[in-house]
Amino acid sequence: MNSEVMFYLLAGMILVFSVLTVTSRKILRAAVYLLFVLISTAAIYFMLEYTFLAAVQLTVYAGGIVVLIIFSVLLTSHISEKAIMADMKQSLLSALAVGAGALLTLITIFQFTFIKSDLPAQTSSVTDVGNALISYERDGFALPFEVISLLLLAALIGAIIVARKEKDSAIIK
Amino acid sequence: MTGTIPLQYFLVISTLMFFIGIYGFLTRKNLITMLMSIELILNSVNINFVAFNKYLYPQNLQGHFFTLIIIAIAAAEAAVAIAIIINIYRNFRSIDVDNVNEMKF
Repeated sequence: MNSEVMFYLLAGMILVFSVLTVTSRKILRAAVYLLFVLISTAAIYFMLEYTFLAAVQLTVYAGGIVVLIIFSVLLTSHISEKAIMADMKQSLLSALAVGAGALLTLITIFQFTFIKSDLPAQTSSVTDVGNALISYERDGFALPFEVISLLLLAALIGAIIVARKEKDSAIIK
Repeated sequence: MTGTIPLQYFLVISTLMFFIGIYGFLTRKNLITMLMSIELILNSVNINFVAFNKYLYPQNLQGHFFTLIIIAIAAAEAAVAIAIIINIYRNFRSIDVDNVNEMKF
């Protein structure tokens, strides 16, 4: 009973704040609404008992990405600036396309019968997650772990090089 | 912890969140708000993976690890995208897609 009330609360929060994120005219407020969506998602992971994943969601998404977005909002626009929205025709057509897509997906979801598994759940404690990440046997994820670490390094260097101020080019101009 | 909540409810939330993200991507003009819509889309996919893992294949953790890796990729993507956006702002003094219409100037 309690978990259901919690679920409906989180679902409502996610939907309301998602809509506010894409419709708010103040960009900084939209970023804060996005933060609420991400925190509610972390709460859903807690409900599903994937605690490590929820902690990662909170630190990386809610702690890292939202701060990055807020910083770039403050760097690129004035705090009271209103975002320009699409004209009436474009938003109406987008809403129509999106509504049709959502309807189709929802109908498909409710027509398909999912077979719920009764097997005992694999625990996802930090020890289990760590062991799986360095294991190269069955159910091990050593290769994706190494690939993602290389990707993060490349993204780090790439982001610094792209955003760096070029002193020479300013003189040439 | 999930009680009697059926799997479909999680899928409904994630579907609605995905299409709200697409709506934002189509109607927003500001590059940063478009990036925020992409974050919404990625997040909704993560909910799907985790719910399928919990309900249909609880003996494995594959959806769990897929979601972990998607979160890492989303972080890398946001960092690179914001670097590009700041560079665009430096060159065009604006990050509205209507004003950024040349590749080189």
